[in-house]
Amino acid sequence: MASIWRYILAGLGLAALLVGIVAVVYLRLPHSVSGPDLSRSKKTSNGLFVASFEPERGVVRQGELQSWLLTLKTAAGAPVEGAAITVSGGMPQHDHGLPTSPQATDYLGEGRYRIDGVKFTMGGWWQLHFAISAAAGSDTVVFNIVL
Amino acid sequence: MRRLTSVTCLLALAALALLGGCGEPQFSDAEKKTIASMALSTLPSLKPDTTNRYADAPAAAALGSTLFFDVGMSRDGTVSCSTCHKIDRQFQDDLPQAVGVGHTNRRTMPLAGVARNPWFFWDGRRDSLWAQALTPLENPLEQAGNRAAFAHYIEKRFGERYERIFGPLPNLSTVPANASPLGTDAEKAAWNVMAAAQQDDVNRVYANIGKAIAAFERSIEPQQTRFDRFAIDLATGAKPEGDAAFSPEEILGLKLFIGKANCVTCHNGPRFTDNAFHNTGVPPVEGLPPDRGRVDAAAQVEADPFNCLGKFRDGDDSACRELRFMVKDGPQIMRAYKTPSLRGAADRPPYMHAGQFSTLEEVVAHYSKAPPSVEGVSEVHPLDLSDRERAALVAFLKTLSD
Ligand SMILES: [Cu+2]
Repeated sequence: MASIWRYILAGLGLAALLVGIVAVVYLRLPHSVSGPDLSRSKKTSNGLFVASFEPERGVVRQGELQSWLLTLKTAAGAPVEGAAITVSGGMPQHDHGLPTSPQATDYLGEGRYRIDGVKFTMGGWWQLHFAISAAAGSDTVVFNIVL
Repeated sequence: MRRLTSVTCLLALAALALLGGCGEPQFSDAEKKTIASMALSTLPSLKPDTTNRYADAPAAAALGSTLFFDVGMSRDGTVSCSTCHKIDRQFQDDLPQAVGVGHTNRRTMPLAGVARNPWFFWDGRRDSLWAQALTPLENPLEQAGNRAAFAHYIEKRFGERYERIFGPLPNLSTVPANASPLGTDAEKAAWNVMAAAQQDDVNRVYANIGKAIAAFERSIEPQQTRFDRFAIDLATGAKPEGDAAFSPEEILGLKLFIGKANCVTCHNGPRFTDNAFHNTGVPPVEGLPPDRGRVDAAAQVEADPFNCLGKFRDGDDSACRELRFMVKDGPQIMRAYKTPSLRGAADRPPYMHAGQFSTLEEVVAHYSKAPPSVEGVSEVHPLDLSDRERAALVAFLKTLSD
């Protein structure tokens, strides 16, 4: 009888070991946690425009004052001209705003607006809010950037 | 049967040791990446300062160094830049608040890497190194001089050296001995009756004094430390030898610094600063005048005639984006102060913008406790670090000084 218990004990030990290994391997895998929506192109909140937001030089560099491009199209795909744009934002998990005051400084044609003075001073989740006013009406959009 | 059980246990232990990282690999890949980003070797070369065309002119730096150490550059001939920025003390003075002609309300900042700052002073009330250098010269508590007197002094003592760098001095013969828009009532009155062109002439000489001092200060750069040697070895996979090897306590401190204690959030990059302003709930000092930090400084830098958008800047205004896009108001800059570099910090107590804390232990305890700010909102949240964890953070900080 005693030997059967030993077998059961050993079996349990092996099972526990297997579970442990699987758990550790799983925890170490780089899996995407459901975080903020990181898309760089999206519809504005009321669906008035399609907005795209990209760093002008292609890369985001922490601690550098950079310019970004906000491209605005109507739902039908026509470029939005003459838009008034205000920018705000911050780090939702840190309860602070942006370290700079980015502004729409230039209209580059084809619905593209230069948003200059963007700086991300620390790693983590940043949000940029845009309030957009154009002939078609006013709408807002939020872009998430994770460094 | 006993053998099977013990084999199972051994296997389990071996697997745990392997996966749990009890052995050599002490840092995750993410931690290694963060540590590498803080090594001095990642510091880029110093960018040219287009707002100061003399920034990299050796003759300007030489004149600037003379002026930096010259007590003649003060009202009573007793105070120079080096009175507070002591060359053998990391260019700071070990005092809770600087003492020039009078007693100021702020801690002297060290100068290593100063030319890399976008903002100057604890509150960023100046936006270039040369505009910064001009400010203590006329502060009644620091060098307490006035720009007309400085222009005359430069002509008398350093006229030839000045002209070789900056070109001919203006005719100063009818400029009052003492005059400044920021001085005493008599100095202000004397300034106000000067012709605009003459004010301009004096301002130009004055700006050039700042540009020469800035050219000198650009040469003051941070030095490699034990941490940097450790970081290089970690990045290259070499086993840290000698003083590059970290003790278990220093390793714990480094892990906390870049992990649970969140220090690296603001103290990031090879200079251990994000160059930004934060309210971290540091208490005011009793007896000092009210101090609201960045919120007042933003207005001051905007009004400074020597700022980047003013007429004394060299080059074009593309260099002025920090000023152009600065945050000018709002609750987040109330009692916000610049993140200081931590390089060399262990050797220069006391700490914070008015020397509030006399030891690193007190600093770490402050961030662990995270008391609310007297005004505005502190960005720091309580960490409740153990005694052992706080001591480990201090041990790690010391590796940035050795
Ligand atoms: Cu943050």
